[in-house]
Amino acid sequence: MTQQKMMINGHEVLFSPGQTILEAAEAAGIWIPTLCHLKGTTPTGACRICVVEVAGARTLPTACSTPAAPGMAVQTESPRVIEARRLILELMLSSGNHNCAALNGGDGDWTGFQLGVQDSDGSGELCPVWGDCKLQDLAFRYQVKVGRFQSHEGPYPQELANPLIVRDFSRCILCGRCVQACNEVQVNRAISFGYRGALSKIVAAGDRPLADSECVFCGECIQACPVGALVEKKARYRWRPWETTTVRTTCPYCGVGCQQLLHVQDGRIAKVTGVEGAEPNQGRLCVKGCFAYDFIYSEDRLRTPLIREGGDFREASWDEALDLVASRFKEIIAASGPDAVAGVSCARSINEDSYQMQKLFRSVFKTNNIDHCART
Amino acid sequence: MTNSFNEFARAKMFLVIGSNMTEAHPVASTFVKNAVLKGARLIVVDPRRHKLADFAELHVPIRVGSDIAFLNAVMHVLIAEGWYDKKFVDSCTVDFDKLAATVMRYTPEYAADICGISAVMIRDVARRISSVHPMMLCYTLGITEHTCGTRNVMSTANLQMLLGNMGVECGGVNPLRGQNNVQGACDMGALPNVFPGYQKVGDLALRSKFERAWGVDGLPAHNGLMIPQMMEGLVSGQVRAFYIFGENLANTEPDIHKVEHELASAEFLVVQDIFLNETTRFAHVILPAAAWSENDGTFTNSERRVSRVRTASPAPGEAKPNWWIFQQIAKRFGHEWTANSAREIWDNEVSVLAPQLCGIKYHRLEGDGLQWPCPDENHPGTCFLHRDGHFTCGLGIFTPAEWTPPAEVPDDTYPLVLSTGRRLTHYHTRTQTGRCEGLNDILGEETADISPADARALNIAHGEMIRVASRRGEIKVKANVTDMVPKGMVWMAFHFREANANWLTNAAFDEITMTAEYKACAVRIEKLTDPASMARV
Ligand code: SF4
Ligand code: SF4
Ligand code: SF4
Ligand code: FES
Repeated sequence: MTQQKMMINGHEVLFSPGQTILEAAEAAGIWIPTLCHLKGTTPTGACRICVVEVAGARTLPTACSTPAAPGMAVQTESPRVIEARRLILELMLSSGNHNCAALNGGDGDWTGFQLGVQDSDGSGELCPVWGDCKLQDLAFRYQVKVGRFQSHEGPYPQELANPLIVRDFSRCILCGRCVQACNEVQVNRAISFGYRGALSKIVAAGDRPLADSECVFCGECIQACPVGALVEKKARYRWRPWETTTVRTTCPYCGVGCQQLLHVQDGRIAKVTGVEGAEPNQGRLCVKGCFAYDFIYSEDRLRTPLIREGGDFREASWDEALDLVASRFKEIIAASGPDAVAGVSCARSINEDSYQMQKLFRSVFKTNNIDHCART
Repeated sequence: MTNSFNEFARAKMFLVIGSNMTEAHPVASTFVKNAVLKGARLIVVDPRRHKLADFAELHVPIRVGSDIAFLNAVMHVLIAEGWYDKKFVDSCTVDFDKLAATVMRYTPEYAADICGISAVMIRDVARRISSVHPMMLCYTLGITEHTCGTRNVMSTANLQMLLGNMGVECGGVNPLRGQNNVQGACDMGALPNVFPGYQKVGDLALRSKFERAWGVDGLPAHNGLMIPQMMEGLVSGQVRAFYIFGENLANTEPDIHKVEHELASAEFLVVQDIFLNETTRFAHVILPAAAWSENDGTFTNSERRVSRVRTASPAPGEAKPNWWIFQQIAKRFGHEWTANSAREIWDNEVSVLAPQLCGIKYHRLEGDGLQWPCPDENHPGTCFLHRDGHFTCGLGIFTPAEWTPPAEVPDDTYPLVLSTGRRLTHYHTRTQTGRCEGLNDILGEETADISPADARALNIAHGEMIRVASRRGEIKVKANVTDMVPKGMVWMAFHFREANANWLTNAAFDEITMTAEYKACAVRIEKLTDPASMARV
């Protein structure tokens, strides 16, 4: 496709027909803030944070949903744009429990405001996504003060009814990303916009708790939420982004092999997200990939070798246990030949483990009696 | 899989047979759903009307175990109407005549009786799938977990060759693997007939190759035993020492009573695992292993992609990596294995010995991994196999298959078919997912899924406790009355010990792969209303 020319912030930028202003800017390495935009889904233009100034246009169009056009001259950070973004952010911040940005608040009453929010949160803690919130980032970037508008908690209580996802409507900015994630990315069709005006709310069918809806707890909406309105219950107030390192790995459940990012804090996995843009899952996970990681920390884990004694087991050292295994296998092989031993490998464990086990059976025991549950 | 997951979103048409993808491979199903929203066509062939059927233009509710009859009849129509890809068949395949001869007997009318659908629907399917090229065929254990599993698989390949859907992007035959590393365990030679890389143990030159590499002689030439044979060997005394690594056989194998008798017969049983489970009860030695995120290593997914597994936290207590445990046992037999990490095992041994993996080294696996075949270090990996119809052995061979019924079919005493599978929230015997906060709250117990018609006939209410019995055992379980299940079927999973479907399943196996017939056995269901029957359970 032939590329066409436009100007962004005084630079000539090439774009392909059909691209939006946002896509053209991103391709040229120019940043435009977004909140509601979710890559790969239909733009909704809901938040308006991505507004830009286009020469000759009376209003500020949204970059995420406006097609780039040849000869267009765009300013992404003009005074008019910044003023518009500030206003949007102020309204968003005052629409709910956003204590993070209250620093430099209009009345200077930072502590009082924060404590108030924490109390109403019932946790006595900072917002669970403090430090990993797009709204907070933008509020700092654009030096937005709250206080001009009256802050309120919103009409809806938190939903704590399901074991995995906390829905905190008091922090929802109604950007709709979760709705897009659920309906267009994972296509689970569990949530949508409900009610109108000041009562607007993201609802599961018939405004029921998630657990009673079509929700399959894939976690896609949490990953899409730019603020702290959707968080993993297991990670809430445990996970703090600045204390975390991330490790990329592969999901241990089904044969799709989704790529996960483990968020490790104090030597433990605190939460799991999908690796955006990665093969094969493009950031997507299911309930197992997203939430079924904490079995490794179970109290029930085996910690030492065990040897049967009568009807029971006793703890043993590795040397004792391995010596016993080796000597019994030697005896049996000596008496009845190598085919009197057999082994089953694990279709869950890493390749290298299966390789070693078949090598042990073939090259050491001298039998091909090695198989695994290939078929279940 | 011959093809890759990233082709799903671009595919024009899918035939999904015997795969409850939204629950068993949820993320894969999201790509199918994305494609459908963009206009791709989808036909779901499955006895159950599972979630993915909501997105399909056609749901074909064939009877459990009638897949071959159905596929043969579809091919019958394709050949009779001349709707197949003659060019592909002529230039890329052999034995078309044999296929044609077999499927000629499977008229839609004949198959309709076996499959429990109309001949019109069979013709309709043939017309639809021949009108779009390429079409991607996906299947899962609904195809393999039958006594005729091998022939089921061949039939899907026959269909795709006949339609010229092999060796093309967005086509192919795509089995989605149930467990995360089934593909890898096969690739690594954890099979009784092949070394790593599918190199046959019966081949003298290959044995010499491995003897040299491993510094041993006398590698055995005859194929070993498959799991069901091993288990029977425990009872007959043919197998005296048994080593189970990471599989909870006492819950996952069919017919738990039989399996437990076999395990109890083992003279010396070693179990290496991360938890005590139903199988460790029979062990003589239990070895504690490091788990998933306590290990560096690799998994290979269904699309042959080798991806890294990385360590996030240390193993508890004295638990050790599995590869280390095997190395230590070898040492006690006088074998010094020098590789001292998963990386060394892969880079110095696996990828040297398996031709398909030669180009895959750890330093190349940092990002999205690599898909085999990847014969050398400059090779980018392979997204789809048999490009342009070039099959591994030259031409694609049609292997016609005859339909046979499941080993056990309903009769007067056991009038229903029990079929089994997985549910979304849990995994296998829940040794892992059952220990994750929250997951038991979402799905806390097993149910027997039955149709509204059968429920009505037996006066069973949704949520009522019922008895399900087969010739092998019986369980008490909650009835889940659902439209998803057709009349005449009971559907269950094996996630919970108490109401585990494997108390009931039939230990009948495919003659070649020894895959058990988890998808079909005969059962009876009863109300538990009279106190006498309550007491019996
Ligand atoms: S968890 Fe998944 S299914 Fe549930 S609401 Fe979020 S995106 Fe939708
Ligand atoms: S819950 Fe989050 S993603 Fe959904 S609308 Fe509210 S702020 Fe946006
Ligand atoms: S996240 Fe879900 S779909 Fe992905 S590999 Fe894990 S179990 Fe499979
Ligand atoms: S990001 Fe463009 S309108 Fe929200």
